Amino acid sequence: MLEYFLSFLILTGALLTFIGSLGLVRLKDLYTRLHGPTKATTLGVGCLLIASSIYFSTYTENISLHEVLITLFLFITAPVSAHLLAKAALHLNLHSIAKTPENDIEAESSAADNTELSGNTENTGSGGSGTAQGNPQKAPDQIRQ
Amino acid sequence: MLAVTIQIAFALVTIAVIMSFFRLLRGPDMPDRILALDTLYINTIALLVLLGIYLGSALFFEAALLIALMGFIGTVALCKYLLRGDIIE
Amino acid sequence: MTRLLPHPLLTPALTGIWLLLNNSIEPGHILLGLLLGWIIPVLTIRFWPDKVVIRKPAVLLRFGFIFLYDIVVANFTVARLILGSPEKLTPAFVKLPLDLTSDVAISLLASSLTLTPGTLSARLSEDHSYLLVHALNETDPDTLIATIKQRYERPLKEIFESC
Repeated sequence: MLEYFLSFLILTGALLTFIGSLGLVRLKDLYTRLHGPTKATTLGVGCLLIASSIYFSTYTENISLHEVLITLFLFITAPVSAHLLAKAALHLNLHSIAKTPENDIEAESSAADNTELSGNTENTGSGGSGTAQGNPQKAPDQIRQ
Repeated sequence: MLAVTIQIAFALVTIAVIMSFFRLLRGPDMPDRILALDTLYINTIALLVLLGIYLGSALFFEAALLIALMGFIGTVALCKYLLRGDIIE
Repeated sequence: MTRLLPHPLLTPALTGIWLLLNNSIEPGHILLGLLLGWIIPVLTIRFWPDKVVIRKPAVLLRFGFIFLYDIVVANFTVARLILGSPEKLTPAFVKLPLDLTSDVAISLLASSLTLTPGTLSARLSEDHSYLLVHALNETDPDTLIATIKQRYERPLKEIFESC
């Protein structure tokens, strides 16, 4: 019984990982491609890690919970890296199927270009994970204006 | 039963790795390649975990954890490079 | 008190992570974990400017379960969309006006949007007034905004900024 459950978890995990990467190949622009790896792959690896945890807890004497740590870590980091990639893509004005809200993006990216052209003399605070650190990111913008 | 399932899973994840490599080589832009690298390290974690179950060894856990940590830091550093043209400010 | 224990929530979290990392609950490890959980927040106090206060733990718990359920649903939705024909997708950028003000709540909202059905947070405006969201397959932005506000933003506001 347990073996069937484990097999189910492993197959689901592997299939979701596979579909996430398939999205990477099939979809047409970066923003839609971002959806595959952040969702499907994360849960896929999560399923595999839970299967591993159950496997080692039942087939060895020790209870093995440390796989939960990787799952937790992936679930925290995947949205952050996706957010940063989307931000970088908006900054570079990549081709997108969806209509990007152009006016403020162009305004912001040209402002960013100006700062880069004027040399990084001012101490631009750490960009960090964007959402997590609001205040340090606000600082350079105020200098800019 | 479990052995067969794990072999099928190995095949699926390996194809996923190959598809990520395709996107890494094809591009067309830098964020696409970074995204491919990001997916690649997550796929590697999946492969390591599967190998751990297959061989019945818990030794691969540390390697998977390290790949998760380093992969995330690498992605963030590359994104910051694209956003600011500089990593350490 | 505040100098010795700057972040009461961080200490048990770090202790838990230490125990998970060592995969044991021996008294020695618990003691070492508590020591680390105490000394790391004290030494890194400069990196944690804002104090996180959970005002309603019950709401947080319920939000956690809704969120886990949504992650699973999201995955199968996205998997179906990827396996379907990519030409039929209608991706869209949606501006989501934010009611939240605290940084923790906004970052949690952005992260949960990325992990749940068909949406991905792409950019936070500089004055924290709206979040740019990319939807994988969306024809009705107003419904999406209403759903997000009702399902995720309201509980987060209750948890972190009780009004």
